[in-house]
Formats: sequence, structure tokens, C-alpha cells
Amino acid sequence: MARPTRTWPVLVTFLAAIAIEIMPLPDAVQAFRPPLPAMVLIYWTMMWPERFGLFTAFALGIVLDILHGQLLGQNALALCAVTYISVRFHLQIRIFPLWQMTMTVLALLTLAAALLFVVEGIAGYGLSGLNRWPAVLCGTLLWQPVMALLDRVRMQSEMRTSNF
Amino acid sequence: MALTSVEREPGQFRNASPGLQLILLCIVSIALMALDHRNEYLTGVRKSLSVLLYPVEFLVSAPFDLSRALSESIATRDALQAENRRLQDEALMRSASLQRMAALEAENARLRALLDSTAKVGEQMLIAEIVSVDMNPFRNMIVINRGGKDGVFVGQPVIDADGIVGQITRDRHYTSEVMLVTDVDHAVPVEIARNRLRTIGVGTGELDRLSLPFLPGNADVREGDLLVTSGLGGKFPPGYPVATVKNIRGTTGQPFLEIDAAPAAALNRMREVLLIKPEGNAGMADSDDDMPPAEPEQP
Repeated sequence: MARPTRTWPVLVTFLAAIAIEIMPLPDAVQAFRPPLPAMVLIYWTMMWPERFGLFTAFALGIVLDILHGQLLGQNALALCAVTYISVRFHLQIRIFPLWQMTMTVLALLTLAAALLFVVEGIAGYGLSGLNRWPAVLCGTLLWQPVMALLDRVRMQSEMRTSNF
Repeated sequence: MALTSVEREPGQFRNASPGLQLILLCIVSIALMALDHRNEYLTGVRKSLSVLLYPVEFLVSAPFDLSRALSESIATRDALQAENRRLQDEALMRSASLQRMAALEAENARLRALLDSTAKVGEQMLIAEIVSVDMNPFRNMIVINRGGKDGVFVGQPVIDADGIVGQITRDRHYTSEVMLVTDVDHAVPVEIARNRLRTIGVGTGELDRLSLPFLPGNADVREGDLLVTSGLGGKFPPGYPVATVKNIRGTTGQPFLEIDAAPAAALNRMREVLLIKPEGNAGMADSDDDMPPAEPEQP
């Protein structure tokens, strides 16, 4: 497999995910905002684990914590755990049929949400209760289009670099 | 467990085994959370990282600000004239009531001088705009476009035209985070304007509801009562409207009433807010701004 050597398209996808994460939405649909940064992270750590790994997850988590005004390290912890699994099993996940892959993503997003929930509970902040799960389900439903989009980005960056 | 498919360069830490990396990064993030939970050790780190991330927030909010600016600039002449007329009427009404206000303030100062108690001095305001970004969806927090560079400090009260909005919880230098009065972690000391009955307004996490959990069953509270800040906590200046009592439920056998109140400030519709600058109040701020001295009392 030709390996992309340009990382800027990948960084752009991360930035776009972060932008959507903090984009103002009406109150009614806020609970359904898919956890795009986590999904993009899962994709790139699965497809390109030698470049994007736990350090990317940690940095992305810190960025999200700052932007959300949450406890510093909360998202970092959750995303590191998720990334470990996606890097560790990237060869298996990559060749899963689409529905199995979607289920894996559901499990990973659930893990991240559960970790955030536990941290909130320990830190004694207001609990989000069941409010996290609509976003997780929404993210799972959106995995296929997101993956198709990111596949395109990956193919393009590979084609571009194959001329070198 | 090592990754077989990943080629490694020896001697680089980022190529250490993922298990080791995971353990290390988990320890680092847990340590960060423990430090941050105390809320003072990491303010510098947080502030510098926020400054780095300011462009992201700016870029995200730019289209929304632009669309608002556009809709303002292409407003029709009629709409502008109507708005202008409405604003002029409003200004007239306000200045009329201010005339009485000035007289009352002077009288209040005289009476306080007679009672030998310190007079409440007027506060200075700083206008701030809300940045169009969403924070944590489970908290009631907003970002405003004023920060440490404008003299904003943590704990500073934030109001809008109708009442108390919240207080500054984090200063990000160019912007700052405001916790709204309805956040689950927020409580504001209030009194009922009608009879000065003091209590505490606790946030519920819903933008349109405050709860008053500490009033006993025989408390003199009615629907429609206005709650104003009592100034007891030392954070909020006294006398600003906070909420209106909306709903009172008393359960037999329960010592306290369950009271809901609707916040006075337009928490989900506001665009601009005001930051109250305390004027030489001891213990409120250590800002080194040169504030004008308080006016001498009337003889």
C-alpha cells in the first residue's frame, strides 16, 4: 500500500472535526453532535498507525479540553484509551466488513464516553447522565459517510505523493 | 505487545511500545486532571494553550459574525428607521426614569451618611460580545471576547440588560469563559425584592430554570416575586435582578419548598453582555487600573 507522505490533508481533517465540534448549534440538536474528532482520530490511527498514534490522541484531547473548558486531561485520557485499541488492532479492524467496523466504532466511542462519564463522576462535576449517548449513536450512524470521505482524502494524498 | 507491521527507528521514544506509551500518557493525563481539579496550578498552561487555540475559535465564529454583520448592513431603510424610532423612545423612557434615579441615589447616600454606613458607589461597565462557539454541551458556559488583556478577572460578575448572567470562571487572555447562573455548579445569593427574604439560587443545568432549594414551607414567597442579588457572597454587587419566581411546590412532610425561578437575563438570546468593574471594593479585585475616585458625598 502506498503510504501518504503528506500530512497536511490529515491535519485539515482534524481541524475540520475540531471546528465542527465547537460550531454553534441550536440547543435542540446539540446533544446529537457526533464526536467527530474521536472518529477522525480512530480512522487515521487505524489507517496510518506509524504516523498517528497515542501522542496525536493526547494532543487532540488536550485541545478539546481547552476548547470545552473541561478538566485538562479528561479527553486526552479517553482518546488515548480509544487510540490504543485502534492502533493495537488496526490490522484486524481495517479488513472488517463495514458493519463490523461500524460496531467496533460504536464500542470505541462508547468507551470514550464512558471514560469521560467516570472522570466527571470522580471529579464531582455535574453528571451528564444519559445525555452523552445520543451523540455516540449519531457518530456511529455517521461513521460510513465519514469513512468514505476520509478514504477519499487518503487516496488523494497517496495519489499525489505517488508521483514522487 | 509490539506492533509487527510498524517499522521502528531505534532510540526514538515515540516508537516505544504502544502499551508503555498508553500507560505513560494515562498517568500524565490523570496527573493533569488532578492538578487542574485544584484549579490554580495549571492556569498558566491553560492560558497559553488557549491563546494558541484562539485562531481556531476565531475562524469558527467568523462566518457567524460575518453573516450577522451582513444581515445588519443589508437591512432595509424602513427597518432601520423603525428600529431607530424604537430605540429613541426607549432612550427617552430610560432617561426619564434615570432623572428620578439620580435624586433617589443622592437621597440614599444622604440617608446612609446619617446611618454612618458606607455608601454603595456606582459600578463601571465593560461591554463584551459573545463568541459564537459552543462549549461543553452539558454545562452552561459561554465564551466572551474580553479577557485578561482588558482587565477581566476570574469571579467578575457578568450581566446583560435584564439581569445577572453569570461570572467569569476562566481568563484566556483574549477571551474568557463565563459560567451562567443556570449551570449546575453555580449558586448565587439572592433575596426576594418584596420582603428581602434571603436565600440561594442554584443552577439546574437548564437555561430557563433556577431552583431555590433552601426556603422552608412557611416562607413568604409568591409566584412572580423578583429575586435580586443580595450581595452577601461578595461576588455579585447587591440589587441586580436574577430571576422571577415561577412555580412553587410544597410537599407535605418535606421541610423545604421546591421553587423554580425563570432567570431574568435572556440567557439563550443575548449577543452582548456587560462586565461589572468593581470600584475600589476591598477584596474584590487586585486590578491595577487607575479607577476614578468615588464621588464625594453630598454635604
